[in-house]
Amino acid sequence: MQELVKRASELLADGSVARVLGWKAGDLPYNPEPAYFENEEQLRSFVYNGFCGANLSKYMIEASKLEGKTLVFLKPCDTYSFNQLMKEYRVDREKAWIIGVGCRGKLDIEAVKRSGIKGIESISEEDGELKIKTLYGDHSISYAEAMLERCHSCKGKEHRVYDELIGESEETNDSERFAGVTEIEAMSPEEKFAYFQKELSKCIRCNACRNVCPACSCRKCVFDSNKFDSAQKANTDSFEEKMFHIIRAFHVAGRCTDCGECSRVCPEGIPLHLFNRKFMKDIDELYGEFRAGEDAETKGPLTDFTFEDAEPGVVAERG
Amino acid sequence: MQRIGVFVCHCGSNISATVDVEKVAQMSLLEPGVVHAEDYQYMCSEAGQARITEAVKEKKLTGIVVCSCSPRMHETTFRNAAERAGINPYMVEIANIREHCSWIHKNIEEGTEKAIILARAAIAKVTLNAPLKPGESRVTKRALVIGGGIAGIQTALDIAEAGYEVDIVEKTPSIGGRMSQLDKTFPTLDCSACILTPKMVEASAHDKINIYTYSEVDQVSGFVGDFTVDIRKKARSINMDKCTGCGVCSEKCPSKKISSEFNRGLGKRSAVYTPFAQAIPNVPVIDRENCIKFKTGKCGICEKVCQAGAVDYTQEDEIITEKYGAIVVATGFDTIKLDDFDEYAYNQSKDVITSLELERVMNAAGPTKGHLERLSDGKAPKNMVFIQCVGSRDVTCRGKVYCSKICCMYTAKHAMLIRDKYPDVNVTVFYIDVRTPGKNFDEFYRRAVEEYGVNYVKGQVGKVAPQANGQLLVQAVDLLDNKQILMEADMVVLATAIEPEAGVRKIATMLTASIDTNNFLTEAHPKLRPVESPTAGVFLSGVCQGPKDIPETVAQAGSAAVKAIGLLAKEKLMTNPCTAKSDELLCNGCSTCANVCPYGAITYEDREVNDHGIREVRRIAVVNNALCQGCGACTVTCPSGAMDLQGFSNRQIIAEVDAICR
Amino acid sequence: MSITAKTEFKPKIVAFCCNWCSYAGADLAGSSRLSYPADVKIIRVPCSCRVNPMFVLRAFEKGADGVILCGCHPGDCHYSTGNYYTRRRMTLLFSMLDYIGVEQGRTRVEWVSAAEGVKFSTTMNEFVEKIHSLGENVRLGDLRCRN
Repeated sequence: MQELVKRASELLADGSVARVLGWKAGDLPYNPEPAYFENEEQLRSFVYNGFCGANLSKYMIEASKLEGKTLVFLKPCDTYSFNQLMKEYRVDREKAWIIGVGCRGKLDIEAVKRSGIKGIESISEEDGELKIKTLYGDHSISYAEAMLERCHSCKGKEHRVYDELIGESEETNDSERFAGVTEIEAMSPEEKFAYFQKELSKCIRCNACRNVCPACSCRKCVFDSNKFDSAQKANTDSFEEKMFHIIRAFHVAGRCTDCGECSRVCPEGIPLHLFNRKFMKDIDELYGEFRAGEDAETKGPLTDFTFEDAEPGVVAERG
Repeated sequence: MQRIGVFVCHCGSNISATVDVEKVAQMSLLEPGVVHAEDYQYMCSEAGQARITEAVKEKKLTGIVVCSCSPRMHETTFRNAAERAGINPYMVEIANIREHCSWIHKNIEEGTEKAIILARAAIAKVTLNAPLKPGESRVTKRALVIGGGIAGIQTALDIAEAGYEVDIVEKTPSIGGRMSQLDKTFPTLDCSACILTPKMVEASAHDKINIYTYSEVDQVSGFVGDFTVDIRKKARSINMDKCTGCGVCSEKCPSKKISSEFNRGLGKRSAVYTPFAQAIPNVPVIDRENCIKFKTGKCGICEKVCQAGAVDYTQEDEIITEKYGAIVVATGFDTIKLDDFDEYAYNQSKDVITSLELERVMNAAGPTKGHLERLSDGKAPKNMVFIQCVGSRDVTCRGKVYCSKICCMYTAKHAMLIRDKYPDVNVTVFYIDVRTPGKNFDEFYRRAVEEYGVNYVKGQVGKVAPQANGQLLVQAVDLLDNKQILMEADMVVLATAIEPEAGVRKIATMLTASIDTNNFLTEAHPKLRPVESPTAGVFLSGVCQGPKDIPETVAQAGSAAVKAIGLLAKEKLMTNPCTAKSDELLCNGCSTCANVCPYGAITYEDREVNDHGIREVRRIAVVNNALCQGCGACTVTCPSGAMDLQGFSNRQIIAEVDAICR
Repeated sequence: MSITAKTEFKPKIVAFCCNWCSYAGADLAGSSRLSYPADVKIIRVPCSCRVNPMFVLRAFEKGADGVILCGCHPGDCHYSTGNYYTRRRMTLLFSMLDYIGVEQGRTRVEWVSAAEGVKFSTTMNEFVEKIHSLGENVRLGDLRCRN
């Protein structure tokens, strides 16, 4: 972390960048938040630890409009989002100084809490273990056990776009990415429906998923405009309420980099990534493997086609 | 709030027999916005239309719904009526209660109920209609023809004869195309050059035709009526104004061992050359890759011997930018590469040749001066084998799945000509089917068999094996006698499949003209618009659209010309107003819409917008109304809903959905 | 008598048809008097690629029991490529609907040319029959109701 701060200070000092986009400590030991830093003074609150899961790519949309370059710290998987945004002309590569930071998987406080640990005062990392001091004594939990769901299907340690690299990364992939999807696919229609009805009924439409998602970055969401007669705020039982997550997933299909931010920020713990991954799995199976954000050029699968594509009837055929 | 009038047609008894039209009118009156509803015997009649115009005036209608036959039938009729009544023609919607209702339902209750719902949907839609105005765009009265073969020449001549300027762009040093390489033409056996050369001369002498040879289309922008094209005139290294075409440069050129493209590699040419004697223009080019002067800096003989002082080593490629109203693609074809067809030993033996090579061999100006001889040893052949469908009708991925169409006929021609000139040569043709539809075609083929004794064998050749004695061993099967055939041949001629000229895909992309998996350009409608590309203002001439013989090519060239003339004759073009439109406040500038636009109608510009007080420069999608054909692909790909289709807007379609599901 | 009549299931079916092929195919079915149930209501769109997945979801949410899309055969699109995009979009959408437990038979894409009046009518007959067998569509209407 000191190395990151040192380099950030240098670049600020010599005028290479006008500001730094990173994470600063929050009010709890496990909730650092994205922040801008404009001088050395501000950099004192800079942190980079296991809880810095937040993907800063999306902030570069606004930062691209500011004067001068912005130094942004991106983890390997964040760079996919950056590439995708570049493909869509939403961020300006020229305005970004990308430092690829090392990542060994990011942590999920919910996973820690699920293991029964409460009243957390501080957390430190040692040799693949998390040492947790709580009001009720000390605990430890393995790092992997406390990782975010997305890190279990890590995209790898390679940064897809950067100006310089600091720190070592590690691939933390230890599960089958589509296992959750496959499990649901195997259910009967009744079970599937019951599962999603239960999950989606938790939704409080707080829009956290939409706000954090780098793909869901429209200037104005369709649900906030009158273009589809879809914004019917007064009507509790409206189209928007019921279809929001399906439409959202469709809008980001072929563009979603599987960064997992939606599931990470959902206050209700809805496994939103299961919608996105369903589209990814279908795309991979039907149109060839595709990973949004791997580069900034390849055509997205929904803006492309082949003459031999499967017919929609394939859904019924494959059962 | 709109004031909507609903007009329900009886269509005699076509509708009223199974739909209670009166009830449809009554029920429509209950819909919000509807201030007038009536039913009438024939809405499309003059009297019916007069009722519409009267009601518009009397009730101050702003929108009209006609419940009648299909909009494909009378939408224009009712739009015109609306316009006469003084409202915008696009404020009309049709509820199709005939084809989609009365004609298919027998039960009057059911029919009436459905008609009411269809009317309701149309009312819901028209409530959201907005007046639309077709745009106008100008027409540049000049045509571009890409390709200078017989297709391009004929198209250019026909357009020029109608009084319009035409430019032909031809990538080789001369116009003439494939036809100039042919010896004789079927089914009349007249000499190809004898009928082509006068056309070439006519084109080059025509005061309305301007020919760019040794040139290629570099870039195309614009749209129907107003294309802007960059043409790259490659450096010829010969000043066309000075050259007299004397040919001394080619004669004296020391670099003479270059394989001649015109002779399909069977002969040689020099580095400064005209492809053939009747070339137009009769001005050579220097092939810089093979020219000693360009390779080493030494030599310069051609410059020294040229009395006209026409040789200019310093010439550079020149880009000419020109505007056109119409573009005709006439890029033609080539034969496929035979690298994947090892069994025919094409690459192993000089005596296995393609039919197009045989044309050169049989041509008096060809590499053998027209003598039929083996290319390996110059001996006269005694036994010749022709193999049909080499790479045509081939489902193995090596060749082409389609029929090349011309091979059956030219093989009959070759066989006949050989038997005529060299009666002692045995000619055997192996075929899958002999296809001879066409005027005098089957008669021609039968003459080959019956009068000239050509031996036709139904069956495919499995292998051609060159023997130590120089003979070719042909292994085949006779499907009719069901027996294996092993025969020795002196020469084997392969009826090689034809494919669109390489580079046509690049041209199609520049023109946003659609192209199929075989690289043939797609026509706007396979039956009713066979010479138009779906891209407005782009027309298709010759084999670039599909395999054709010369008469068909010439016929299509003429029709492409007529279509182009029809366009050029217009002073202005009315554009379809149902085009996509981007809302600049919602647009993300992400380019996704442009990726799916088949017409290249969407571009982006950095524009200052005022978004509720925030002024900033944003990348915004802009739709060119003259190019947009209104398919709507962009509207669905746009995640924010910034892109919408006028006349079929998101809200309009949703209103219809809601009305139907209510 | 009235009781059975009222409880009889009358499905609501929305059919999106492209103007150039399928709408014309439906017209041909009409002029050839090839009957299909009145439950099917056609919405004309310029091209099948104009159909936003949101329209399909909207129809279901408003109570449609089945939604069918008809367009030109692949390769024959009036706009040359529109139906290729439709094919991918609808494949993914239908797969998603299946994934959340909506019966597969409620959605369908069929390519119907302007000459295929018979196909149009047969397709609609089959589709309506399928919807009858599935019964009323309740699922998308209460996707978010708490159990």
